Amino acid sequence: MTIETDQVCFGYGRHPAVSDVSLKLKSGVFYGILGPNGCGKTTLVDLLIRHRTPGAGVISYQGKPLAKYSRKQIARRFALVPQQYSVNFPFTSRQVVMMGRYPHLGRFAFPDREDHRQVDEIMAQTGTREFENRFVSELSGGERQRVIFARALVQDTPVLILDEATSNLDIAHAISLFSLAFRRVTDEGKTVIAVMQDINLAALFCQYLILMKNGRVVRHGPCDQVLTESTIQSVFEVKAKVYEDTYANARQVVFNRSSHVP
Amino acid sequence: MIRIFRTLGRGIFWQVLALSLLLAALVVLSSGLGYLRISFSDVLRIVLAKLPGLDFLLDGVNSLFPVVITDVRLPRILTAAAVGAGLALSGVVFQGILLNPLADPYTLGVSAGAALGASFALWLNIGIWGIWSVPLFAFIGSGLTLMAVIYLASSSAGLSSSNLILSGIIVSAILSAGVSFIKYMVDEQVSVIIFWLMGSFGSKTWADVWLTLGTLTAGLGICGYFSREMNVMALGSRTAASLGVDTQKVRLILLITASLVSAVCVSVSGIIGFVGLLVPHIMRTLTGPDNQRLILVSIFAGAILLLGADTLTRAVLPHEIPIGVLTALTGGPFFCYIYRKKQTGGIHDD
Repeated sequence: MTIETDQVCFGYGRHPAVSDVSLKLKSGVFYGILGPNGCGKTTLVDLLIRHRTPGAGVISYQGKPLAKYSRKQIARRFALVPQQYSVNFPFTSRQVVMMGRYPHLGRFAFPDREDHRQVDEIMAQTGTREFENRFVSELSGGERQRVIFARALVQDTPVLILDEATSNLDIAHAISLFSLAFRRVTDEGKTVIAVMQDINLAALFCQYLILMKNGRVVRHGPCDQVLTESTIQSVFEVKAKVYEDTYANARQVVFNRSSHVP
Repeated sequence: MIRIFRTLGRGIFWQVLALSLLLAALVVLSSGLGYLRISFSDVLRIVLAKLPGLDFLLDGVNSLFPVVITDVRLPRILTAAAVGAGLALSGVVFQGILLNPLADPYTLGVSAGAALGASFALWLNIGIWGIWSVPLFAFIGSGLTLMAVIYLASSSAGLSSSNLILSGIIVSAILSAGVSFIKYMVDEQVSVIIFWLMGSFGSKTWADVWLTLGTLTAGLGICGYFSREMNVMALGSRTAASLGVDTQKVRLILLITASLVSAVCVSVSGIIGFVGLLVPHIMRTLTGPDNQRLILVSIFAGAILLLGADTLTRAVLPHEIPIGVLTALTGGPFFCYIYRKKQTGGIHDD
């Protein structure tokens, strides 16, 4: 599996949101996209799932431009866990998770035993089985986000995109969800692309970092090469100390009260 | 067919069966009721005699009864049932795609557009298309309104549901002022316009039956085809897109379909409120929000509700009340009741 973006640009009206992004993503890697607010991370994700189409440049999957895939074909290759989430009607958790099978179902086909088995298995893994018959609208934010995560896993795609998927979750739930995603990368060779705010959480899980600012990719590379004090200062405009943490078994970043560089 | 019911859940089969039997019973019951009482066995004989080779069933039946049933009552009864089903169908679709349990054909200004079109035809006394003039103008009015609302609501990011609702309310307000203006301009014909606006199934013909039933069938086909997409779209347009739904396309198709269905209903019967709002709302507590089931159950419930209301005003009440007034007077307070109950946590609908 390879995803290639070749000089991709996109703008809202006259305001450019993503400019000149050229990347090559491979399978079996946990990618992290980091950058300040409004740097174009979410727009880049929208371009990857073809929710938006690039104004210029080409995104290709397996060497074939995304525009040549049907929507359902794309949905069988990319799954998205979005950030905020509201379900306006009282669907049960299980119904929502089952919607992840939608791209695999024919127009007049109904979920079969295999679809139900996958839903059972993934709901058990994500700990959502215990409230499978409760309405999503009644769940707490953390429970609901796990249901949405399960929905994306049930989609059973080679690429899983997490768009600030854990920003409403407490640290225990965030780590448990990222570990689930991480296991899919190491055990099944899937690709995870995670848009994140928490640099330290990113450093724990991401093997490869893509740092964005003002719609451009500023730096990208393996986590232990890219995550440096100078990069953080240039991307986020804060001073920071970067060190190898033995407990985390990863690079970690610490700040202080006067970190902000005006 | 059996497989569809099995996978949709065991309950749905019995729900649809019960509702269709209830509807059939109500059709027979209401055919017998009225100024001229006709026994139910006679009603059944007259209907069955329409089948080839069964004419002998008419032996011994008053020769006036078949005329009353087939030419007067059945067209009205079937039109009322089809309009009820159509309004309920468009209500389900509007609530589903606008992600708002309070949406109905009125929210988008479709009904107001039809009202203005009809008032216009009645004002200028346009009769070149005979009895079709008023429905045709009502239909044109709602079509133009829909285009205006979609144009107002569309932005570079597409059609958002809150934009659609806001645009619908703005356009409705303008159109209502237009209707008031026409009412003010016509002098002696004002009663005709007012009566049309209040809604009625009086003097409906088989042409009305076929028009509404045909539209309903087509609308049901299209909405049924996209009902699973509607479910997925309840997760929000970005998630729906990531699941492979072309949200822009589906939303537009469903919006146009539901508007056309409700425009035909309004053009045939005048303004009948609360059916499109109330029926999906109540049925959702029965079936859950799954649109595949909700559509099936709601069309039957809508038909039963409106036929029941029409029979009540036609044959039971001492004076015939305009059906639109009746549904608003009874449906309105009932809706307030469930809305209040929802606020206090009695019904989980949000």
